[in-house]
Amino acid sequence: MKALDLFGGSYADFLRERYPDILRATAEHLGISGISVAAGCIVAIPIGIVLARHPIPWLQSVIFSIANIFQTIPSLALLAILIPIFGIGTKPAVFALFLYSLLPILRNTLAGLQSVDKSVLESARGMGYSAAQQLWHIQLPLAFPYMMSGIRMTTVYVISWTTVATLIGAGGLGDLIFTGIGVNKNELIFTGAAAAILLALLVDFILGNLEKWVMRKTGTTKSDTTISY
Amino acid sequence: MIRLQGIEKRFEDGFQALKNINLEFKGGEITVLIGPSGCGKTTTMKLINRLITPTRGQITINGTDISTVNPVELRRKIGYVIQNIGLFPHMTIAKNVGVVPRLLKWDKHKIDRRVNELLRLVGMDPDLYRDRYPSELSGGQQQRIGVIRALAADPDIILMDEPFSALDPISREQLQDELIRLQQEFKKTIIFVTHDMDEAIKIADTIVLMKDGEVVQTGSPEQVLRHPANDFVKSFIGKKRLRAENGLEALPIVDEVMADNPVTAYPSRGLAEALKMMEHRRVDSLFIVDRNHILRGYVSIYQVLDQYGEEGKTVADVMKPVVHTVRTGTPLTVALKLMSKYGLTNLAVVKNNNQFVGLITRGSVVRHLAEVYPPAQREEPAYEGA
Repeated sequence: MKALDLFGGSYADFLRERYPDILRATAEHLGISGISVAAGCIVAIPIGIVLARHPIPWLQSVIFSIANIFQTIPSLALLAILIPIFGIGTKPAVFALFLYSLLPILRNTLAGLQSVDKSVLESARGMGYSAAQQLWHIQLPLAFPYMMSGIRMTTVYVISWTTVATLIGAGGLGDLIFTGIGVNKNELIFTGAAAAILLALLVDFILGNLEKWVMRKTGTTKSDTTISY
Repeated sequence: MIRLQGIEKRFEDGFQALKNINLEFKGGEITVLIGPSGCGKTTTMKLINRLITPTRGQITINGTDISTVNPVELRRKIGYVIQNIGLFPHMTIAKNVGVVPRLLKWDKHKIDRRVNELLRLVGMDPDLYRDRYPSELSGGQQQRIGVIRALAADPDIILMDEPFSALDPISREQLQDELIRLQQEFKKTIIFVTHDMDEAIKIADTIVLMKDGEVVQTGSPEQVLRHPANDFVKSFIGKKRLRAENGLEALPIVDEVMADNPVTAYPSRGLAEALKMMEHRRVDSLFIVDRNHILRGYVSIYQVLDQYGEEGKTVADVMKPVVHTVRTGTPLTVALKLMSKYGLTNLAVVKNNNQFVGLITRGSVVRHLAEVYPPAQREEPAYEGA
């Protein structure tokens, strides 16, 4: 491992010595990202469902504008803005990341629900599906792949942004990186960055499999099997 | 029996879709609602499963006022087939067919048996099709599934909203035949919406003709054809069907047979342009008319090619006068006699002032015959005389 000579000394020794720290940082990182995205889903998916069901154009554009604005604020700036409100620590970080996760999840939920063919809904209604059954058995399964892709994308982004959240004292893998920069210890920087990358890839992989598993479980297929009339 | 009494429907935008509709749909019959688009036929049908609520009036099914019935429960007892089929793309064929039985919480094995039975009913092997997805089926097969899905819970009433209109003509014929066959077996009360008179005549026990939110005429296909209530009904049925039905083989006139938009050119056209035009429209001759559409002459492709080398020439220079024409209103037989006597491939039809209105060709005569004796009537011995 030629590259690792850069760090000076044995990287394995470093890992062995610091691995409780690394593990703790990873767990924190996962916790912050997970809570942010979960909260984002809890808020954005119901809003998406309501908007799809009762299309109110002005409300839709207002909600999208707000979510868009959050999306355009640079992550560091957003974190800074939140300091006077929430102080520093994990709470403002989670809140900022939650704001970031809203738009993509909302947009994909809405797009997924709106992509459901009108004639499919009409026949469901005409055959005696109640409103809740239409949502649960027709709209959500058909929108599910769209929603999942929104959630996956958001999760990957949020995991990377969480790294920056260390600047307001959130903890996580960013801690390792910025400490490493501070004390000029390359192993720390490398470990923090590599762990964040691996975490993002792993979570995306798990969510991808979860999606497939849910679809198999419910006996549905991807909606790319749409009917062409 | 379904009864509609004093039904009016005004939509939120103020459009009055239905005006005082009083109708009875007899049990065990196919009633076809027919009319031009916007006449209220689909609205009328959708009243029955409460997809649309009337502004005024009462609807009863076997004496029960349906406004007192929970709409979701009501719809589960009424089969529903729509034009765009509306199969659920994320469910297998078996699941699609079993939708209503599942909503009614039938036993799983009973649903399975019912699905297999229905698939066989329309000639689709359950082993082959049960686990396929709708996108893997042809349009005709999809709508077969749409129809058996409506039959799944064995409802007494089935609503069909232009179910076959999106299909190709061959599939449409097949599905109509299958519907007739199924109906002979099951005797459902079917409300069938269409805008296709041939379809209505073929499948209906009773035809309800609608226009502008009102019922214009109700009766069996035979009654409607023999005694059309007014000019609207006559025009909707079409002259040709009326004539065929009444046995009045009135002689057609040239106006009915002629091609309305023959290829014409102005006298000032150059020869190259004329040739291009013939090529494009796939004809071997052009009729030359002036700005007022007065017939001036005729050029054939031979004349054009013959003089093609002379660049300055226009069609006016090479055209020949049209010797034989017939006036509008001339009986077709006269025109045909003229054509055979002089060996003409076509014959121009003109108005009194020599205005060119159409062209009788051999093709247009054959087309006319095909329309008068459509293949749908093949079971009648009409061909013997034709």
